[in-house]
Amino acid sequence: MASLKSTIKASTELDTLQPGHWRRNIWNLVIYLMLILGSIMFILPLFWALSSSFKSDYQVMQYPPQWIPDPIRWQNYPEALTYVPFGRFALNTLIIAVGAITGNLLSCTLIAYGFARLRAPGKDFLFIVMLSTMMLVEPVRIIPMYIEFKALDWIDTFLPLIVPAFFGSPFYIFLLRQFFMNIPRELEEAALIDGANRLQILWRVILPISKPALAAVAIFNFQGVWNDFLYPLVFLHNQNNYTIALGLNFFRSSYTVHWGYLMAASIVALLPIVVVFFFAQRYFIQGITFTGIKG
Amino acid sequence: MSAFSTARTRATPRWNLRQREAVLFYLCIAPWIIGFLLFYLGPILASFYFSLTEWDLLTPPKFIGLANYARIFTRDPLAIKSFKVTLVYTLAYVPTDLAFGLLLALLLNRKLRGIGVFRTVYYLPSVLSGVAYVVMWMWMFNPQHGLINTLLSYLHIQGPRWLLDPKWALPSLIIMSLWGVGRSMVIFLAGLQDIPNELYESADIDGANLWHKFWKITLPLLSPSILFNLIFGIILTFQSFTNAFIATNGGPLDSTLFFVLYLYRKAFEHLQMGYASALAWLLFVIVLVCTLVIFLTSGKWVFYRSVEE
Repeated sequence: MASLKSTIKASTELDTLQPGHWRRNIWNLVIYLMLILGSIMFILPLFWALSSSFKSDYQVMQYPPQWIPDPIRWQNYPEALTYVPFGRFALNTLIIAVGAITGNLLSCTLIAYGFARLRAPGKDFLFIVMLSTMMLVEPVRIIPMYIEFKALDWIDTFLPLIVPAFFGSPFYIFLLRQFFMNIPRELEEAALIDGANRLQILWRVILPISKPALAAVAIFNFQGVWNDFLYPLVFLHNQNNYTIALGLNFFRSSYTVHWGYLMAASIVALLPIVVVFFFAQRYFIQGITFTGIKG
Repeated sequence: MSAFSTARTRATPRWNLRQREAVLFYLCIAPWIIGFLLFYLGPILASFYFSLTEWDLLTPPKFIGLANYARIFTRDPLAIKSFKVTLVYTLAYVPTDLAFGLLLALLLNRKLRGIGVFRTVYYLPSVLSGVAYVVMWMWMFNPQHGLINTLLSYLHIQGPRWLLDPKWALPSLIIMSLWGVGRSMVIFLAGLQDIPNELYESADIDGANLWHKFWKITLPLLSPSILFNLIFGIILTFQSFTNAFIATNGGPLDSTLFFVLYLYRKAFEHLQMGYASALAWLLFVIVLVCTLVIFLTSGKWVFYRSVEE
């Protein structure tokens, strides 16, 4: 019985280095080794890209490769980034991101609040319709949307990538709705009794405590805009309007043998998302938890 | 904003509280309803109409009935080929992604020192998608100087030509996408952390081993997460476009010609809007049927704990 008790204890024990549980420690060691090996495999592509981004065309082809280039060719970065106007592309992407995030935050909060708090006939049906659009195959929309925006003369403007955000996006609506549902109703009821209307409640009571959810929406949206390729490819044709993704693709197709340059440009294109990720990792994770998709 | 107050004041004398709440609800979600009509329902219906026409954008659409669909199945071997490529890719990728995602989540669910660092490392690549991700992997797969063949050469293995070899191009794209396994891993991890520890403790008392605990506790309680990852995995994989467009443009020998890549070519390179719409509708129906079949059969294998809320 004593050994049984200690096994249970060990299974909930945080300290892995407790003496006497050698079997458990070996098991943990095996797990550590697997995790370390896997981590190396997951980090290597980034490391390899970073290392190559500091190499000349000649160094890139050396065998065996230098893991840390000698000499380090810093010029790759300024040279690659001025071959094509990456600054312009980054600015374009930022404009689209700011527009889309603004649109989504405004519309999705309002829509999510409606779904979370207000009772109306037909609400459940509409909610299911909204959820099902999350599972929609995007390509079925893209041709008619192209024709729609062409008729509006919006092709080669940022409008097709910004305006739809003002009408909400199902995933963000769902995320915010789940978050609002978990806010105790009593908070609102007190304000209602004080004579505040629903909009005031949304603004003064709900939004201030929803900052983590709003941040998650903004971050997911930024990531989505920054990485998006198909929609900009269809809607933007003039090089001056390129996003960072289109610009990088253009750069790739024109300078395909200069891997040092290509990697420098790729690292710069990846950097904003890596930075956002490290500063806001918990929002990425929370976003998933809010939606309750864990079941 | 002002729509709120006017609707409210006007409504007050005529409508009771419940009606006012309903009106407010519809005002709140009005943007979504408009957006749904303009960017979802409208386009889907329009796309179906276009699929029954021949249309090059320059002259008005010409109604040709189901001829586009007939063409897909009888006179366009490339369309069938692109469907097969997509199907093989989905069947290979989705289960692999789920298996790796689950394995990683199980390893990362342990309370070990420094586990947070590992979680970050495995999750990071999944937030990096898009062109830079693909360009980076093209360099990894470079037959002469890429990292993979360099490492293989240390083991005296002559690596394949990866993205340039018709046999290896599709597996290369699978490896490339598996770097983003963190997406499904995080969902599994959230599911695992929801499983009450007491279940494992009582299983320990009954003398269950790891294997039993995995099959009798972990897997059934994780089945909602599996369903979620399976459905979204299938939907996303059927729509694969960017990776192949950039890395291979469908080649070599059409071995990575994904369905959506073919659709894009037909629509925006050959300007066959009607035919491309038929391809799009076919994909839409196939994915819809797959999703419905999985949903309807999920009752047999997805285990929901009794409602706690």
